[in-house]
Amino acid sequence: MDVEQSPARTPNKKPKLAVWKFASCDGCQLSLLDCEDELLMVPELVDIAHFPEATRAKLEGPYDVSLVEGSICAPEHFELIEQIRRQSKFLVAIGACATSGGIQALKNYRDHRQFISAVYARPEYIQTLETSTPISDHVKVDFELRGCPINKQQLLSLLVALANGSLPDLPQHSVCVECKAAGVPCVLVTGQSVCLGPVTHAGCGALCPRYQRGCFGCYGPSHTPNPESMVRVLLDAGASPEEIERLASTFNVNTAGFQEMVKTTQLVQLRRADQSKYKPQG
Amino acid sequence: MARTIEVNYMARVEGEGALTIVLDEGRATDVKLSIFEPPRFFEGFLQGRSLLEAPDVTARICGICPVAYQMSACRAVEDAIGLQLPQQLVQLRRLLYCGEWIESHALHMFMLHLPDFLGYQDALSLAKDHPDQVKTGLRIKKAGNQIVETLGGREIHPINVKVGGFYRVPKEPELGALLPELRWARDAALESLTWFGTLEYPDFERDYEFVALHNGQRYPAYDGDIVSSRGLHISAREYDQHFEELHLEHSTALHSRIKGRGSYFCGPLARFNLNFEVLNADIQAACKRVHLTPPCNNPFKSLMVRAAETAQAFSDAIEIIEHYQRPPQAAVPVTTATAADCVGYGCTEAPRGILYHRYEIDAQGLIQSAKIVPPTSQNQRTIEEDLLQMGGDLSQMPHEDASWRAEQAVRNYDPCISCSTHFLKLKFEEAKA
Repeated sequence: MDVEQSPARTPNKKPKLAVWKFASCDGCQLSLLDCEDELLMVPELVDIAHFPEATRAKLEGPYDVSLVEGSICAPEHFELIEQIRRQSKFLVAIGACATSGGIQALKNYRDHRQFISAVYARPEYIQTLETSTPISDHVKVDFELRGCPINKQQLLSLLVALANGSLPDLPQHSVCVECKAAGVPCVLVTGQSVCLGPVTHAGCGALCPRYQRGCFGCYGPSHTPNPESMVRVLLDAGASPEEIERLASTFNVNTAGFQEMVKTTQLVQLRRADQSKYKPQG
Repeated sequence: MARTIEVNYMARVEGEGALTIVLDEGRATDVKLSIFEPPRFFEGFLQGRSLLEAPDVTARICGICPVAYQMSACRAVEDAIGLQLPQQLVQLRRLLYCGEWIESHALHMFMLHLPDFLGYQDALSLAKDHPDQVKTGLRIKKAGNQIVETLGGREIHPINVKVGGFYRVPKEPELGALLPELRWARDAALESLTWFGTLEYPDFERDYEFVALHNGQRYPAYDGDIVSSRGLHISAREYDQHFEELHLEHSTALHSRIKGRGSYFCGPLARFNLNFEVLNADIQAACKRVHLTPPCNNPFKSLMVRAAETAQAFSDAIEIIEHYQRPPQAAVPVTTATAADCVGYGCTEAPRGILYHRYEIDAQGLIQSAKIVPPTSQNQRTIEEDLLQMGGDLSQMPHEDASWRAEQAVRNYDPCISCSTHFLKLKFEEAKA
């Protein structure tokens, strides 16, 4: 984005920052307080105008930058997120809850198995208490930080960039690319673990493979995932369709990329059930 | 003449909720700490999930104490399948827990609670006048986080914990590298305790029933029986026989109580009162120097207790690392096939108090039912009762001071309302003149 176009930029003035919370675990906003080395410098970058987890003091809007954590999960959230949008020049959704609906969006799919015949229909994200939805389903979001939780270095990069009228250049590729760049042996190829690295958005620095564990999708689907191919690879690696479905149904369950995986595994399950039904006896 | 004091947002707690205090003729006649978060249905999500997923799923209940959820989840699942971890892996679990206690306590002491005692809105403004103390607090916090990051992979929602142990166990030098900073931070925590001893504490005491883990050998976090100051002594398996949860109209979080007795107090003060004798000798001595000895019935002094517990957590971490030898296996192998129609119970000490998990697991290794009781819902009624008793004093105070004091009293418990709520609104009503 062109520097002059950055909506957060007010010449010669620190951006006024607000931090908001919807349904969430608090972990993403905690990431800011976990920047122990940089925290005392943050007030030099931005004016903290509203951040209830950290301060009793608050300044009225409008705000230059709003960081929004959590998903829309309750009727009162509709009005509140509209108000926040109206008061905010630049709105950033932080974390899996805010960018996809979070783990609580599992309730959106509670009866999904019963609707397996409608497997290619996109689920409707009905705006009731029965669903958990991302911020971008309700208002315009200017920037997203992925992750469950977000990467605190990415958050710092964002604040520094916004204070300077710019935006950070964050990687858009998959965890797989980060893993190769880190020189970590592939846990999928070596048969150590199933891994969502090929379809998961970068940002963690291939953390799980570095700990000899397969990626489990904290950052949600990458920009151009290939969910059907991912399912095929995982089946070949010995994972059961049920296991793959659960793997895709966690913190970013409410995303097109991971829903494609769920649907693919459900089709495989149906096909296998049919095959066993007609298997010759004896 | 009626008066209403309203603070729209309770700050410096993790999460949001509502508090209403009815003041009638100079007394508090009713206090409601309302928790009305839309439930996030974790117990529901867990149904049908693999027993192996419990630690990663339940960690997402709380970004402040994810390790506590992982520990209680692992202990409950391992109890269900009858798995005993080798001592080396138990020690690593304890080390990880030390890291979380430290970072969580340091966050609460220096960033959330301390500003109340010194009259600041937040730690950032406190840092302008007391930069060295706040920097020390942040450095203590970072030392705790470095343990969690090294062993767990990252500070929030660590990725390295699994049922049966860990995915990867660190090499000796990886942990050894932490030692110099941990030793510095241990001394810094004790110095903080001494400093906190010079602060002024509101004159407030109540006759609580304290509930904490106790194992008689070391300060409890990862293991111990559940004991109380009024004679309760049970294992985690007996929890449901002695504790019950009530669903009250004003709260979507359940209120816990001991059957037939009522509310109780869990968290740092309870642990301290029930386990003082297993604190290291020099930490006991430091407590005595600031006149902090059991039984301590003043919840405001939990600030000092957290400093003592932080020093103890550093001591334990240092000891574990000094004796660390990399285990040959990172985990005892567990698959979904390990389980067969079983029930498991786990109770560990989260930074804020006991955290109970129970899972029923079917023959396929899938969770059939889950029950999770976080510390904040256990302390909810106790917080209300504190404010009820405090009502007389509050009604004598100027408006803003009363609000602030009530907030401070809630913060004594370091409520992790995210575990159960999302909007805390503080409201006083003066019913009659």
